[in-house]
Formats: sequence, structure tokens, C-alpha cells
Amino acid sequence: MSKLKYGRRIISNLMDIYKTSFKFRFGFTVIFLMCILGFILPLFSPVNPRAWYSVPKEQPPSSRYLLGTTTMGRDVFWELCSSIGKSLTIAVITAMIASHVGLLIGLLAGIRGGLLDRFLMFLTDTFIIIPGFILLVVVVTVMKNFITIPLMGAIISIVSWPWPARQVRSMVLSLRERTFVYTARLSGMNTSKILIFELMPHLLGWHLVNFANTILFSIGTEGSLAIFGLSLLSDNTLGVMLYWAINYYALYRGLWWWISAPIATLVLIFISFYLVSIGLSEYLHRMVR
Amino acid sequence: MSEENLLQVEDVSKIYGYGFLGRVKFPAVDHVTLSMENKPKIFTIAGESGCGKTTLARMMLGMVKPTAGTILYRGKNVHNLKSRDRTWFLREVQAIFQDPFDTFNPLKRVDTYLYETASNLLKLKNDEEIRGKIEEALRFTGLSLEEIAGKYPNEFSGGQIQRISIARALLPKPRLIVADEPVSMVDASIRINILNMFKALLTKTETSFIYITHDLATAYYISDEIAIMYRGMIVEIGPAEKVLLKRHHPYTQALVKSLPEPGKKEEWKTRINAPGMEIKEFLSPGCKYADICPHKTERCVKEKPPLFEAGDVKVACWLYE
Amino acid sequence: MDVVLKADDLSGGYLLVRKGSSEKNEVYVDAVSDVSLQLERNEIFGIAGESGCGKSTLLKMIYGLLEPPLILRGGSVTFITVDGEIPITSLSENDLRRRVWWKKISYIPQSSMNVLNPTVRIRDHFIEMFTFHARMMKNEAYAEARKYIDQMGLPRDVLSAFPHQLSGGMRQRVVIALSLLLNPNIVLADEPTSALDVISQKVVLTMLEEAQKELKNTLVIVSHDLGIHGVMTHRMGIMYAGKIVEIGKTEEIFEDPLHPYSEALIKSLPKLGDKKQRTGLGGHPPDLKKPPSGCRFHPRCPYAMPICSRTPPKMKMIKPGRYVACWKNSMEE
Repeated sequence: MSKLKYGRRIISNLMDIYKTSFKFRFGFTVIFLMCILGFILPLFSPVNPRAWYSVPKEQPPSSRYLLGTTTMGRDVFWELCSSIGKSLTIAVITAMIASHVGLLIGLLAGIRGGLLDRFLMFLTDTFIIIPGFILLVVVVTVMKNFITIPLMGAIISIVSWPWPARQVRSMVLSLRERTFVYTARLSGMNTSKILIFELMPHLLGWHLVNFANTILFSIGTEGSLAIFGLSLLSDNTLGVMLYWAINYYALYRGLWWWISAPIATLVLIFISFYLVSIGLSEYLHRMVR
Repeated sequence: MSEENLLQVEDVSKIYGYGFLGRVKFPAVDHVTLSMENKPKIFTIAGESGCGKTTLARMMLGMVKPTAGTILYRGKNVHNLKSRDRTWFLREVQAIFQDPFDTFNPLKRVDTYLYETASNLLKLKNDEEIRGKIEEALRFTGLSLEEIAGKYPNEFSGGQIQRISIARALLPKPRLIVADEPVSMVDASIRINILNMFKALLTKTETSFIYITHDLATAYYISDEIAIMYRGMIVEIGPAEKVLLKRHHPYTQALVKSLPEPGKKEEWKTRINAPGMEIKEFLSPGCKYADICPHKTERCVKEKPPLFEAGDVKVACWLYE
Repeated sequence: MDVVLKADDLSGGYLLVRKGSSEKNEVYVDAVSDVSLQLERNEIFGIAGESGCGKSTLLKMIYGLLEPPLILRGGSVTFITVDGEIPITSLSENDLRRRVWWKKISYIPQSSMNVLNPTVRIRDHFIEMFTFHARMMKNEAYAEARKYIDQMGLPRDVLSAFPHQLSGGMRQRVVIALSLLLNPNIVLADEPTSALDVISQKVVLTMLEEAQKELKNTLVIVSHDLGIHGVMTHRMGIMYAGKIVEIGKTEEIFEDPLHPYSEALIKSLPKLGDKKQRTGLGGHPPDLKKPPSGCRFHPRCPYAMPICSRTPPKMKMIKPGRYVACWKNSMEE
């Protein structure tokens, strides 16, 4: 009875947010366009965005080369599209892993308590204390030769799961004491039923927001790593584009189109995910009232 | 173990730690002993907020583990139930809570709890049978399944939700219902209806109640027996008539004198000491009421009085040694 | 009758705006509907009623605290002083703050933490009150505060504490002390003791009553607890679903309630020492977004007549000082 209705309710809630929140609408639309740019358009790319010297180099934007070309002879526009897709893929993989691992650990720790809780929190706190960026630098350096897009996503998730774990745990701890959980127990519901049907509805909203925020975090982190050359330089991501542009002194040499394209895109993606996240949390706050 | 008592609370305490590393120990419930006979009865536990009555109720329901002491329901230890006894226990003992708008999940439809209770505790699979039982329980509380189907808690008034909550508790036809301040958040004009429902359940279905409240007037209206709690301790216990009308313990006297009752203005105005900053009162080694008691002696501050017999009631006060 | 404040056909409520799709949904909750009453000097007046009847909203409107979504729909509130009349409902918040609030009329909200700043010590609350409103110097203010605390029977160390360090009862007493500080003509108390235990409640109410006797001001107590009205108030008004249904001397209303709602409320009160079976009211309070037609109580009234569902009854004077808004009572003239 409930699982199908559960899903339908979530979808109708999302449609509701879309209709009522301008921020959410704007962010969502931009993300949608980015997805088209990143996943659909590359299928029609006339050039291989990874191949060097496939087009005349260092051409400014024109009707032929919409965003100009790079020193390595690549079409900035097509390189950008492919980068968007790759960056988004890494980000989504990170978010999928980190937010769900965090959710699971937070739920288990919160609802079970005792030794399991203490062990899981010890683990979580260990990861929180280790400086995330430095850990990433080390891991990526070590694995430099084996990195692929999915693996990059997984690596970044190493440092993004602890925070949601802590948050979810504290939310579960307070939800656990609510009267309706006692009512559920008295109605004969077992712990897993209580988790799914009593607690999860209160956590889902937060979880979605966290998912969006993790995507943000991942794109930013990958960008930061790439600028140091700590990313998969053989492929295109927004960060890698930046890396090449910086390394070839694009700005100093007047090739402004090469560096501003990824920067502008990054900023736009950031803003739109942020707006989506804000739109979601505002809606949740209104619902709670 | 003999089944002579429905409920046997044996020297139960619940100690919480607070402060740095939880080293300061704070007894929310302090060596409480009481028992309920295996006869339909309404037993009230009365006291102000913070006296430990809610913690005691949760321990009776098996939801909070006592730090010391045992609670036996029909001879079985409530906190040591084998898994097949757990369902049995939920069929025998149910509960109603104080806040109607937190009793049910605000994000779920109210009738889901009725269906859950019916299928989990009554082991019914047939949809029609389940609906029949739910309809029966709802009708007893003055509602119908049609009225409440598919609605969320915020679509009802407090009084209506309490009635649905009672209907849910009645589904497994329990022998004992623990009602934690069931009417304190309900409008005054509806309160009496719900209390009358308890009285009706007592006679018609022989259901016993543990009624937890801070309102002595409603306690008098429905109780057979009453225990007065102060800061985790029972200070007076006995038949409701005797305890509330004779008032042995100084705290009982203070409580009844402070009840604002139209027509009793002069009695209400007599001077009484009010409780001060609360935590230190929980930690004193002697009688916890000593600080503000008009009959305080040296002994009261140092030694905790046990329950003495005074006629039909038991009083924890050195005055009645 | 020495009237200190009157409300004439006062109406107000909450305008809730829901942002849905493209159109904005507006819903109006009719919380206070055509309320007229008069407060006298040197009296304790009670406003009784159950949750959702509008008594807290009425108090806010009398005080002039019209914070959105609360709006004034009609009528007026006039404060009558020796120097003339002050139209509360037409003054701006700035004017109210300067001329009326705390000085002439003070308001004690339901939760003491709505008045006390959690990061400010109690003595600084007093000092701020004195320096801002009475234009005193800081050391003068501190001496006054100490004197005041002693007078109220509160322990001296309360002054140096932060609000969260005090118990609920203490906090309420501090808030009451602050509200009486500048000797206002009217003190409005909204459920001053609802979060307190019975004994603290008694101490707080006794403090309020003794202050009223000494200062001879007008004290208005809003409470759902009829017991409090029975021991504190001289006169009282009973509200139901945004309307006042009965006004009169408290003793008289308890002895002989005229409105069917008052009757049901008073008869359903359990009393210590009386085990007689009582009955309450059936049904539940109406939705004020769509209140019932005619008399708002008619769906639950045991004496309802056809006219009750068609026309709302007007407040009628049964005898001087006693008013009822009920068709059953108007017919029995």
C-alpha cells in the first residue's frame, strides 16, 4: 500500500515546489539546460573534444567557433559541453555515495545507540578531524594513474560522508523521543518499519537538500584539485579545463574566452544548485509550520 | 510467580547523569514501589511537572529501562520479555499520551496507526475484519471510520485526536491502559467526556487505568486509588477519597490548598512556600520537600522518611512515624 | 462606572496568504468578531474561553499589537485617561511605543521568554526599563530595581542571574514586576500561569492580585482555566469562536450561567469532593475560516432554535452589568 503512494507523494511535493518557488524554478531550469549541454549535445559533437589540434588554435569566438579555440587546438564550446557532463557525473556519483552512506550510518547510530553508535561516531569523527583536502591530495596523488571519472567521484565522497552522518544521527536522536514513535511501537511496528515510515518522511527533505549541497561541494572540490593538476588530466572536466587554461597562461596571453568559459559555467552551476537547495529548504520550513 | 497483582513496581529508580561527562547523578524516579491488584481499577499518579510521573509511566510501558528495581506485569518482568511475550504484552497494556498533535506523525494519515495496530497485534489479515474491529473501537469513542479516513492530524481538533488515540489503544482489548495526562491539552468542555469514557470502559470492559495527571480535581473525579509524587518520590498513597480529602502529607495539603476553585477564595489565599530553583531539590539526601515544608525538622533534612501507615493511607513523612 | 478602556465592535483576524501556483490564495481567520466591552478602573476583569476562541487575539488588539498576519478589520479600541482619549487602534506602532506601552498599558505575553532577553541579566532588564522610559541615570535605576525586587519578595540574587537560570515561576514573577514598574493604568496578562505548576501559579497570581489592590489599576487576565477566574476576577467575559457570549460579575456567572456555553463550561468543571457524574459538550470548536451561520455556537447548543442558525444574536443587557448574546435569553424577557 504505502510504497507506491510514498513515491507519488514525493513527486507531487516536488512539483509543488517547482510551481511556488522562483528560486527553485530558476535553479532547476539552469541545471536542466546544463544537463542537455553536458550529456545530450556531446553526442553530436563534430570534433573529438579530447583530441588536440583538431581545430586551428587560439581563435577568438566567432560564428564558426562559438567560444573560440584553445592553445591545444580544441574547440572551447565542445570541450565545455563535454566537461560539464563529466563534472556533473563526478558530482552525482559523489552525492549518491556520500549522502546515502551518511544517511545509513546516521540512521543506524541514532536508532540503535549503545556500542554501535559509539563505534560509528568514532569512525565518523576520525574522518571529520582529518583535513579533507589534504587527504584528497594524498589519495589522488597515489592513485593518479588509475583515476577514472567514477573513481574520482568515489574518492571525493570519502570526505563528504561524515557530515551528513552526524546530522542525520542528531535528527534521529531527537525524532526518536517524539510521541508518535511511542505510538508506533505500541501499534506493534518493528524498528525497521519505524525507520522507514515514521522517521524517513521527516528526513527526506533534509536528505534532498544535502544531496544538492554535496553536488556543489564535489564540483568545487574537483575544481580545486584539478587546478593543482590532481585530477584526470587526460579527460575533460571543468576543473581540468581551468588547469590547462591556467597552465598555458590564457589570461595573460589574451585568450580570455578559454578561461572565462569554465569559470562562468562553474559559477552558474554553483548558483543554480544553491538556489535549488535553498528553494527546497524554504519549502520544508513552510511545511513544518 | 503468582499472578496476584496486575502490576508490581518494586523499588524502581531512574537516574540520569548530567553535567560534564554525566557525572552528576539526578534521580528522576527515586525508589518507587507500588502495586495494582488484578481487579478493574483506576489508579492515579499525581504530581507536578518534573516529579517523575511520566518517566515512571514510560518504565511501566517497557519503553525506558529502570536504573534499579523491577516492574512486573502479571508476574512477568516488563524489561525482560521474550520475543513472543512482547506481542502479548502489547495486547495487554496500551497507552494514551498527552499531546494530541504529537501522538500521531504529522506527516502520516491518522488511520494508518489503527490499521497497523489491528494487523500487528490482532493478527488479522482479512481487510473486512480489520475494518470491522476499527469501526467498533471508533464507535465506542463517538467517531466513525468514515469521519476519520484519509485525514491528517492537523485536520482534527485536540479532543478528536485523543478519541482516535483511545480507539487505537482499545483495539487489542487491553487489560491496562496507561494514560499520561490525556486531558491536560484538551479543551475544558471536552475533558469531562473523555474522563467519562474512562469510567465507562472501567465498568463495561473491565479495563484498568493508570491515570497520570497534575490536576487533582480530575483525579478526584475518576480515581479509586492515588499516589502523590514529589521530585521522584511517592509522598502519599492510598484510596483517592482518603488521600485527597484527609490530606496527611504537607505537600498534599499545599497542593489541594493551591487549587483555584470558584467559591473557595479564602482557602486559596493562605500563604504557601513555592518551590525554588529545582535541581538541588532532587539531590538532597533527606526528605525532598523539607526545604519548603512548614513542619521541617533537623531529621527531615538528613534522613529520608519511609512510608508510614496513617489509617488507610501511607505517608512518607516523619510526622506520622 | 469609571470606564478606562472601551472596545467598540472590534473585529480582527489573521490574513493567511498561501503561495500556490500562480494565484495567491488568501484565507482570513475570523478570530475576533464584533467584540464590544468596557473595562473599569480598579478592577480585575477576566476573559475566559477555550483554545481558538480568540481571547489572546483580543488582548493583543486591545494592546494595539497588530503584527502581521494579524489585521484590524473593523471597530476601535479607546483608552480613556484623565487627559483625554487615546485611540489605540489608530495610533502607529511608534506612537504606541512612545506614549502607551509599558507606561500606560502593559502586556504580559503567554511565555515569559517572549519578554526576557536570554543574553541580558535580570538587573539590566530593569535598568533598561528605567533609563529608557523614566529617563533615570544608570545608578539610580539600579537602586530602584533593588528596592523593587525586595518589595516584591523576590530574592536579591535574582538580579544578577540570566533568565534561563531561573525557574519558570521566578521568570513569570520577574516579568510581572517589569510590567508593573512604571505603574500603568492597565495590565494585560495572557495566560500568565499556564506553564506553571499549581503552587507557583498561586504565588504568581497572588502577587498580581496584591499589586492590583495596592496600585488600584485595571488587571485583565486571559485564561482557559475557569478556576483562576473564580478566585481572582471581579467581572468576566466568556468568549466562544471569536465572539463574546456573556459578560457579568464572576460570582453571578458561576452561580447562574445564562448562555448555554457558559452553562456547559461551568457545569463540566470537576470539583474536589464531588464525585457526581458530569457531562461535557459534544462536537468541537468551529473552523474560524468558515464560521457557522447565525450564532456560532448553534451546532453544539442543546437549546438551539431555528433562528439560531439564521441570525447572530446581539448582546443584550439582562440587568445592569449583565449581558448575554443568546436568542434563548432574549426571548425570556
